[in-house]
Amino acid sequence: MAFAAIYVPEFMVQAVVRAETASCASARLCGRAIALIDGHPPLWSVVAANAAARELGIFLGMTKANAVQFAGAEIRARSAAAEKAAHAALRDVGWSVSPRLEDTAADLMVLDVAGLSSLLGSEKQIAELLAARAAECGLCVNVAIAENISAAEVAARGFSGITLLAAGQEATRIGELPVNVLSPPEEIAETLELWGIRTCAELARLPVLQLSERLGQTGVRLQALARGTASRALVIAEADLVFEEEMELDDAVEELEPLSFVLGRLLGQLCVRLTARAMAASVLRVRFDLQPAFENALDVRTEVVRSKSLPGIYERTMQLPVPMRDAKLFLKLLRLRLQANPPGAPIVKVLVAAEASRPRITQHGLFLPSFPDVEKLELTLARLEGVVGAGQVGSAEVVDTHRPGEFRMKRFFPPREETGRRSGKRGVKKNGPKENGTDKPDKHFAANATAMSFRLFRPPLAVTVKLREGKPTEIFLQGKRGEIKKASGPWRTSGEWWREEQWIEDEWDLEVRFAGGTGVRPPVRGQQNPSGDERGRYRIYFDAVRQGWFARGMYD
Amino acid sequence: MNARSTALRLQVETALAGRVVAPLEFRNRQVVETVSCGIRAIDELTGGLPRGCLTEIFGGACSGRTSLLLAALAARTGEGEVCALVDGKDSFDPAAGLAAGVSLRQLLWVRCKNIEQALRATDLLIQGGGFGLIALDLSDVAPRLVRQVQLNVWFRFRRAVEGAATILFLMAQESNAKACASLVLRMEDEAGTWWETAREMTRKTGAENDAPKKDAEENGSHAAGCLLESAKTWAEVVRSRMQTEDGRTRGNRVMSIDVRELDKKRMNAASFALKTQWNYLDEMENVGVDED
Repeated sequence: MAFAAIYVPEFMVQAVVRAETASCASARLCGRAIALIDGHPPLWSVVAANAAARELGIFLGMTKANAVQFAGAEIRARSAAAEKAAHAALRDVGWSVSPRLEDTAADLMVLDVAGLSSLLGSEKQIAELLAARAAECGLCVNVAIAENISAAEVAARGFSGITLLAAGQEATRIGELPVNVLSPPEEIAETLELWGIRTCAELARLPVLQLSERLGQTGVRLQALARGTASRALVIAEADLVFEEEMELDDAVEELEPLSFVLGRLLGQLCVRLTARAMAASVLRVRFDLQPAFENALDVRTEVVRSKSLPGIYERTMQLPVPMRDAKLFLKLLRLRLQANPPGAPIVKVLVAAEASRPRITQHGLFLPSFPDVEKLELTLARLEGVVGAGQVGSAEVVDTHRPGEFRMKRFFPPREETGRRSGKRGVKKNGPKENGTDKPDKHFAANATAMSFRLFRPPLAVTVKLREGKPTEIFLQGKRGEIKKASGPWRTSGEWWREEQWIEDEWDLEVRFAGGTGVRPPVRGQQNPSGDERGRYRIYFDAVRQGWFARGMYD
Repeated sequence: MNARSTALRLQVETALAGRVVAPLEFRNRQVVETVSCGIRAIDELTGGLPRGCLTEIFGGACSGRTSLLLAALAARTGEGEVCALVDGKDSFDPAAGLAAGVSLRQLLWVRCKNIEQALRATDLLIQGGGFGLIALDLSDVAPRLVRQVQLNVWFRFRRAVEGAATILFLMAQESNAKACASLVLRMEDEAGTWWETAREMTRKTGAENDAPKKDAEENGSHAAGCLLESAKTWAEVVRSRMQTEDGRTRGNRVMSIDVRELDKKRMNAASFALKTQWNYLDEMENVGVDED
């Protein structure tokens, strides 16, 4: 049985710094004195400070006014959002190695690493892996592995870096640490100070009975911790799949470029966490808290000026075609989405969340046709939407209705099919012998024929039609007069009479010859169209609801 | 000298690494792979649609351009490839595509409002890669506007698809891509064939009554009770680099091109029939039944 404890020293400071830059916390904190302040203005006071700040003379409880007097000290506001995100990242680091994890405190996790040697290597390698994963998540941690939980906890709090406590050596190693590592209550700490007890070894040497008489069970528990003999059960935390990163901005951001840096940082952290848990994002959600403008925030229409209840939230959800975890791709997609639909107000808080699912596992074949890369295709689609507008890109789906020209646009996500036949037409097997093995004859629907296709005028063109005995004889289409040589109709369709969008149409198929052709279509072979007149086959209809003639399209 | 040239080559390749794949490697640009366009007559005429090249189809309204396009899309999507249609004037009819055999799930439809959008969308799709066929349909865009597109745009498109397995399919009323296109086809139609109910009934019953036709001739109008059946379409090869040395097409395989043969076959033309859906599906049904 072995337990690993992961401890984040100066957690609050690390959480704030983690949200700022992509590098590891130790690199970011190197040489920087940072103090965090909290409270209600003007009663700001220092609630956390790193070692460099403490060396300068900053102490906890100092007012902001005093703290800012120290040259070289950076004063930041404490961020609950950043601490929450850092805590979640720490949990993910633990779960990336073992599912048996105890969420001991915001800055401390304990996990059961027994039996992982065959999978991850020796205890030292496991500890190094945990430290490396934490560094990827932007946290600089202490890792300790020991035979019991309490010893691992104390060692992680007391020793920096990686510590391995061999069985039976707990008391010796922990004995080197100061008593403060055990986090004694304030009264007991003062008493121990008066007794001259400075280290855990000195506390461990005290007689248990007398210690119990003077300090009670708390003292006994502290002594057991100092001896490395305290034991307790692991309270396993339930694994969740909540991946959220958020950042509160000191100054509101209005433009996309600075916002991209923030988003890139948060998405990077999110993807690192997803990778640590071997998951990918299937849905990406972004939420901005907006800063209301003054004129919008106050309702001046009423006699009593009062603040308006504005939503102040900008939220977008992005459904991904396949689970992904590429931060750069996410950023590009979000940028395109934000360019198309900007928030409309300065942003004061950013939250990025991902719905996790198993990553896509694909086996590519040597003989499959070329296929767009899914991630790249998603980016291309987003860019296309930026060019032609939302809803103008996708795959069409014919709607089950008799109304002509009806369809709906769907998200484009082509299925990856095996090479070979897709039964395009029922009953069509082959149309002739194969020739030199060059092409499959059954790809041709007929030897020298294909389906006559139709092009739509969208929206339908208004036309003028002259009738004789109920049949069209002449048409004015796109500024040209055409003589109708052949007509087939009327074909009446109607439907949805129970709705406002009902239709009643009489359709005609026409062969039209336009007098005085434009000459843009010289005949290929002289005998086919000697007059040079323009000719075409069109479908027109009389709309009984609108009482007018329209051209639906042409046969081409 | 040899060592120096090797060092120089290494230096050039290192400088262009990540931007140009094998910059100093010899590529035979005259070797192209062709695939079926879905219409046998066109395949026999041209040898198929060349991959990695620009194919231009032009012709007037109702000349059969769209039918050829949809046949090509049906053939490519039928092979499991993903295709894209950049619709210059939003005129694609999904129902017609479905009837032609196009797998709509594998067709990316970009509905543009003007030619600028269409060109930008095409550029993005080419850069995206992975498409078997990208069709740029400018048939309904005014020829005046298409003529204003500079030649370097088509040249850039051609270079972008070069070396890829993508067929770039350009459709317009006039030829615009000039020498940038590897295959240029001009489409022309004949008058449609109409199935006249009364006449067919007369023919079947053997009676001599052709009154409807006479009425129509006298009145200057059409006969009563007729259906659009089919139309004949001609395709002429205006320019092709797909000709083989012996002047014959070889179908779907890698071939070498001899540009000297171009002039000899400039007037090559072939015809095929466009059949309306009711007529066409009925025929297909019969084919299937016969073979089953």
